[in-house]
Amino acid sequence: MKALAASRRHRFAPVILMALALLFTGAIYAALAPNAAQADTASATDIAEGERLFITNCSTCHGMSAQGTADGPALIGVGAAAVHFQVVTGRMPMAANAPQAEAKPPQLTGEQAQQIAAYIASLGAGPSIPSDQQVDPTLGDAANGMQVFRTNCAMCHNAVGAGGALSEGKYAPALDGATATVIYEAMLTGPQSMPVFNDATLTPDEKRDVIAYLMEQRQPNPGGLDLGSFGSVSEGIWVFVVGIGLLIGAAVWIGARSS
Amino acid sequence: MSIEHREHVGEVTTTPERFENPGISPHRPRLSDEDPRAAKRAERQTILIFTLSILATVGGIVGYFAFPIQAPSLGNVRMSTLTLGLGLGIGMLGIGVAAVHWAKSLMSDVERVEERHVQRSDDATRAAAVEILSTGAAESNIARRPLLKGALGTALALAPLSFLVPLIGNLGADWNVSKFRHTAWAPVNGKLRRLATDPSDRPIKPSDVTIGSVVHVMPQGLPDEPGYLEEKAKAVVLLIRLDPRDLNEPEDRKDWSYEGIVAYSKICTHVGCPVALYERQTHHLLCPCHQSTFDVANQAKVVFGPAKRALPQLPIALDEEGYLVAQSDFLEPVGPSFWERER
Amino acid sequence: MSAETSFSKAPPAAAVAAADFLDTRLGVAKAVKGLARKLFPDHWSFLLGEIALYSFIVILISGTFLTMFFVPSVAEVRYPMDALPVTMRGQQMSEAFASTLNMSFHVRGGLLMRQIHHWAALVFIGAIVVHMMRVFFTGAFRKPRELNYVIGFSMLIMGLLAGLTGYSLPDDVLSGNGLRITDGVVKSIPIIGSYLSYMVFGGEFPGTDTIPRMYTLHILLIPGLILAMVGAHLFLVFWHKHTQYPGPGRTHKNVVGYPLFPVYTAKAGGFFFIVFGVLALMGATMSINSVWNYGPFDPSLVSAGAQPDWYMLFLEGSLRLMPGAAEVVIGGYTLSLNVLIPAVVVPGVLFTLLGAYPFVEAFATKDTGEHHVLDRPRNVPTRTAIGVAILSAFFVLLGGGANDLLATQFQLSINAITLVFRVLFFVLPFVAFIVTKRICLGLQRKDREVSLHGHETGRVVRFASGEYIEVHQPLDEYERWIRVGHDVYRPLEIEPAEDLNGVRRPGHGKDKIRARVSQFFYQDRVEPVTPAELAAASAHGEHDALPALPADRPSEELDARVH
Repeated sequence: MKALAASRRHRFAPVILMALALLFTGAIYAALAPNAAQADTASATDIAEGERLFITNCSTCHGMSAQGTADGPALIGVGAAAVHFQVVTGRMPMAANAPQAEAKPPQLTGEQAQQIAAYIASLGAGPSIPSDQQVDPTLGDAANGMQVFRTNCAMCHNAVGAGGALSEGKYAPALDGATATVIYEAMLTGPQSMPVFNDATLTPDEKRDVIAYLMEQRQPNPGGLDLGSFGSVSEGIWVFVVGIGLLIGAAVWIGARSS
Repeated sequence: MSIEHREHVGEVTTTPERFENPGISPHRPRLSDEDPRAAKRAERQTILIFTLSILATVGGIVGYFAFPIQAPSLGNVRMSTLTLGLGLGIGMLGIGVAAVHWAKSLMSDVERVEERHVQRSDDATRAAAVEILSTGAAESNIARRPLLKGALGTALALAPLSFLVPLIGNLGADWNVSKFRHTAWAPVNGKLRRLATDPSDRPIKPSDVTIGSVVHVMPQGLPDEPGYLEEKAKAVVLLIRLDPRDLNEPEDRKDWSYEGIVAYSKICTHVGCPVALYERQTHHLLCPCHQSTFDVANQAKVVFGPAKRALPQLPIALDEEGYLVAQSDFLEPVGPSFWERER
Repeated sequence: MSAETSFSKAPPAAAVAAADFLDTRLGVAKAVKGLARKLFPDHWSFLLGEIALYSFIVILISGTFLTMFFVPSVAEVRYPMDALPVTMRGQQMSEAFASTLNMSFHVRGGLLMRQIHHWAALVFIGAIVVHMMRVFFTGAFRKPRELNYVIGFSMLIMGLLAGLTGYSLPDDVLSGNGLRITDGVVKSIPIIGSYLSYMVFGGEFPGTDTIPRMYTLHILLIPGLILAMVGAHLFLVFWHKHTQYPGPGRTHKNVVGYPLFPVYTAKAGGFFFIVFGVLALMGATMSINSVWNYGPFDPSLVSAGAQPDWYMLFLEGSLRLMPGAAEVVIGGYTLSLNVLIPAVVVPGVLFTLLGAYPFVEAFATKDTGEHHVLDRPRNVPTRTAIGVAILSAFFVLLGGGANDLLATQFQLSINAITLVFRVLFFVLPFVAFIVTKRICLGLQRKDREVSLHGHETGRVVRFASGEYIEVHQPLDEYERWIRVGHDVYRPLEIEPAEDLNGVRRPGHGKDKIRARVSQFFYQDRVEPVTPAELAAASAHGEHDALPALPADRPSEELDARVH
């Protein structure tokens, strides 16, 4: 008890709380996960419900039977993982035509996403939603994940996944809020501008290593505030705002006449 | 009322043309000059701030011992940095703030005046200096011996060469700048080099590369070769598969790709950053350093940004075991332009 | 007060003995007599240079700590499996990078010192630039201080070199790409570019010589040169005595201020501790250059947001903004103007302009006197406008260097930002020049107005006749002096090209150029109020006479604070 009280006072209490929160999120996710693992062998009712949801929410752009229209690509054969990624991150259904679909609060529940994914998967084979074990960061090797990440991902998503710009208003999003499953699915399916990293170019183990690296990066920076992880430019702004700013303030105080 | 462009103000009878400098304004006493209690208060504040500094330094040292660094936790690194830094920071800041507060509130703030002296020496001194120098010059007889002057100058000018020539001569190692033209993709003993993934060094089959995927590759086995980083700096390649219908290939490059798989140098033709941001939908490659944009569907020609030349293409083929290989080295130098590049 | 009373006591015997020891060997009494009561004018902006000096000292202290643990070698090692951070375990890396990680994670206080060192370096160059802006805008570079200006300017260049060499030492991906860009820039230099590249890297990029060579430059040669220049700079400050802002009693022939001992010793000495304290607090709480996030250098890697430290960002920006079409091949030789212009010509022009500015202005004024009273920036509109124009171009380049972050943070198209900045780089300096100059002239007119009519008091008075006027508070002579005391330059008149006998006068061509430059500088101007004008303004029944009106005069006061 004493130890617990001491650790609550500890500077790292927020970190541990964060870790607990992550675990909690994971636990909630685990409740949905059986569906995920079984997406390919989803029940007929799931598929039927998925089709209904698809027609209501997606068919305007993707066509009544997912064959694609001028406004949206065909979805036959894209697989459950792609659909799940787009729907749970809120990218689909799209709000408006933009350079790229933005992540926003999802309009459909996780279960509904699973059902649409099951429906699309039933139309043609494609990458399926990864299992819990496939995305478990504790099973991955963060050091190898870093090597893979910085070779294949950092040029767009920044060294710690803070995001970066692409051409013509497109961008690679920040990864700090993404769940392990979503990260895995993005690598597997290459949404929008992102290239595809199939299981031959990045093995499933390497993908899990990447997830382990990204989760490791969510630990607080040992050097202090991370200033957005944008590197030298934000450091340059802060050096003037905080450093030069405070010192000029001090200089004004020194130069001012005492009352 | 435009007062620009006006010339001198007309002379008005008795008033002077310009204002006179009124001299230093009278000194206004501070609270602490007049009220001994205010002075005492300032003194107590100063002592308090010095004490704060002392406590902070002690706290920082306590932090040093309290947070030994041990794996696997990053927590102590953070705590150690924080406690030592706060101790040092507040310790220093306290001394500074206290000293300045002392100076501002308790030391005299009556401004004083001091005369300046012009930098120019007076005429007598100048004359004396000229005299000394000309006497010296006359004693050395240098003016009447031009050859001596020339010999001295030449010797002085040349002497540093025995330092500079070996220094500069050795700085550039072998000076064989033709190395820019060759990369590790050149066949070794007639054997074509396989493309392998970076960093795991796995050879690649076309089936591994699906449409829309990107593989970062280098010659297989390169990590074990001498001059690895120098070779890698020239040899890195991006392997991209496009829908062959999207690919616009000129006649002479038709056999450089394999079923929509193309390989381009990853080194930017601008100043040499690795160009690595591939946008699958537009087939554009973007350099994160200076945003040169290359169109992979169109021989990696520049579509935006500060680069001029297209990225060099590596001609690829299949070997007998079905792995991707380079048909030859690049046919032009990779990376940034240099003076004799086209020669 | 208390200091003086304590002096009246006899000093302790030990102090007397020590002073005697020093004086009989070094003659320190002469130095104390000459220096200790030297006067320093008090103004916050005179401390900007001290920020630079003190952060340099902090750099030396923290840097000494770092040298104890840094290994300047690119020999390959494998990072231990039980070391921190976990993301680096078992990775191949250079000893330079491994030792940087080791000092960050396994040396207590090591990460703190690294962060203090880096923040202090950024503050050092930032303070130099801000100090230089102060010197520029107040005309402190004028005779006799031109040479000290040049020394200070050289320290800026040395500071940039120190930053560049230090930034590259940890051998991480970010700094490695910085070196790679340097290589690309060096190669673009005509004729000798390839050989220069070999010289810098000891062969092909990246080579194994760069880190050890940069280390020697970074910890020995460049700091040594900076120290020598700091010595010369400070010596000249003492020698010339400090400049002072215009004010009552201040002239070109005197210096008004507080004595070095004790007031300035306490203030300036205290400021050193404040600078150290602020830098230490920054190092303690704000992470900087977390190299383990970038990983060890590998020439095939890069990360989004690859930018240099802020003082090199303008070069990055000019490289980004330059269109590629500028590269040409002449007679089979490649001239990479798309790299040369932004990376060599732009900084070359910028630095030449800054370094030569004092001499250009002296040429225009033909002024040979010594200047120790500073200008208020508004009183030299053209110089102020030139400074702001240069700064505006500099800011456009900074923005160009951060265009990818602007794009993501403000959801803009990076291409559009780049195109806009290309235009702004040429347009904004002109706009800034004109606007600044107009603002300066406006402020000068305001000064005239206040000198003539006094401050508005907000009191509105109505006369029996129905006339409303606002009461103005006339300036006292001390306050007025600040507004009327400055010298005004007028465009130089040149002698005719031919003398009375029709013979061409030698040097007329140079004079014509001088007249044109002088015209540019001083054609638009506002002259300060003269005593005659003030007398005339007070004479025709001005409002400032009002408070002296007899009280029985029927008038009504209205509150007009909103006026």
